[in-house]
Amino acid sequence: MNLDGKLEVTGLSDVGRKRSHNEDSIGSDTGIGLAVLADGMGGYRAGEVASAMAVNSIMEEVREGLKQIKKHGDVDEDSGFARESVLVREAITRANETIHKAAISQPQCQGMGTTVVTAMFYDDRMTIAHVGDSRLYRLRASTFEQITVDHSLLQELIDKGFYTPEEAKQSLNKNLVTRAMGIEGSVVPDVQEEAVLPGDVYLLCSDGLTDMVEDEEIHSTLEKHSTNLDTVAAELVRMANANGGKDNVSVVLARALKPFPSSKRSWYSRFFDWFS
Amino acid sequence: MPASLILSLNSSVLGEFPLNKERITLGRKPENDIQVDNLAVSGQHAAIITILSDSFLEDLDSTNGTFVNGKLVKKHALKNGDIISIGKHELKYVNDEASTEDDFEKTMVIRPGMAGHAAAAATANAANNAAATAKPFEAASEGELPLGKIQVLSGPGAGKELELRKALITLGRPGVQVAVITRRPQGYFITHVEGSEPVVNGQSIGAQAHALQDHDVIELAGVKMEYFVMGSGS
Repeated sequence: MNLDGKLEVTGLSDVGRKRSHNEDSIGSDTGIGLAVLADGMGGYRAGEVASAMAVNSIMEEVREGLKQIKKHGDVDEDSGFARESVLVREAITRANETIHKAAISQPQCQGMGTTVVTAMFYDDRMTIAHVGDSRLYRLRASTFEQITVDHSLLQELIDKGFYTPEEAKQSLNKNLVTRAMGIEGSVVPDVQEEAVLPGDVYLLCSDGLTDMVEDEEIHSTLEKHSTNLDTVAAELVRMANANGGKDNVSVVLARALKPFPSSKRSWYSRFFDWFS
Repeated sequence: MPASLILSLNSSVLGEFPLNKERITLGRKPENDIQVDNLAVSGQHAAIITILSDSFLEDLDSTNGTFVNGKLVKKHALKNGDIISIGKHELKYVNDEASTEDDFEKTMVIRPGMAGHAAAAATANAANNAAATAKPFEAASEGELPLGKIQVLSGPGAGKELELRKALITLGRPGVQVAVITRRPQGYFITHVEGSEPVVNGQSIGAQAHALQDHDVIELAGVKMEYFVMGSGS
């Protein structure tokens, strides 16, 4: 399946205003419908090594793995997930092993790790997978929604009722992630599938954006410039820097332009008959 | 200097307790880290969980409740200067470190087994007490999500069941009304796709994803159906 002309993807990564180097990495391939964003951490320049390894390794694994998938959106009976989801999960697991091996074998890479969020589009739907506190948001019609749930200490405390989301903004433990790639020999990404409608806009971003810019401001920027994703990307980075730019800021934006079903019958028509 | 709690009664100070452990308990019985021997205080009254420089107070379903600055709380993120009241006793939370806000830390990872799971441990410990305050919402990290099921209640397909084994399941009729149920790590969510917004328990869910609860009744394209969590004994 080639998604050129059906999907539009753009990205921008910026060092911000306080850090000396950019530890974020982004990557995308519109043709195969893949977008990846990683926010590295740890050690002397090792953060950018980890995030680049994550992006490159995932892109490579998915590109190769897609060749084995004959029918897009086909469901893997064991897991209930589409084969693309299984592929993305494996790609993240493999990338984790690669980063972890490098981290334990090379002294200058000791302790490095990275978050990751990926979006993979196929058959009028998408697979979203993430580890850590990099996020994916969706703008559909005029509804702006965070689809991923952070793997962060703060999110755990919110879930357990110690904080309301408003109180959490004041917390000191903002930057503690509870899951990351490269830290241990194995990692469990959160994987989910969502239906994609033409006109949907998806935003993958590092915490350098969401710590600096409120969700409502991101939402209104997306709505205002929705016809030009490059403008949205530049504007979001500008806003994060204008508010202090304390961390690296990275965004990847994707918009569904047309339906992209894997067969002539759209994916939902295969399912709706069961109760009629 | 770790944060500490200063215990007082009628304005006279009885003692100071440093919060130097991940979990410190407070209650009438002697096994508590902070013992307050007064009948207004429950045997196991409250716990304070400390993660790095932040501390969290959790009431352990005490009889007379735990108050912070005069307000009844179940769970509370402590701030420097907070006054915790249990019965007539007061504990002042003192944390000088917490006031240095704008010191933007680099992102760090908490490995499993380190303080990151202290919050989980706290909840689990509370569950062990007879008066458990365990929250139904566990961190979405470990464990398999229980399988969900949809049963059709009305229309020609009444009685039919569908196990929600797929990560993405579409319900409804294209051109009329379509919704998808997605299996996220936190549970099953229903989202509007096409037509009017689906109705759950008589209420329109709006444009955002809606988390499904056991026994929710979904109305879609004129068909009523019920959502079950399998293995929940229902």
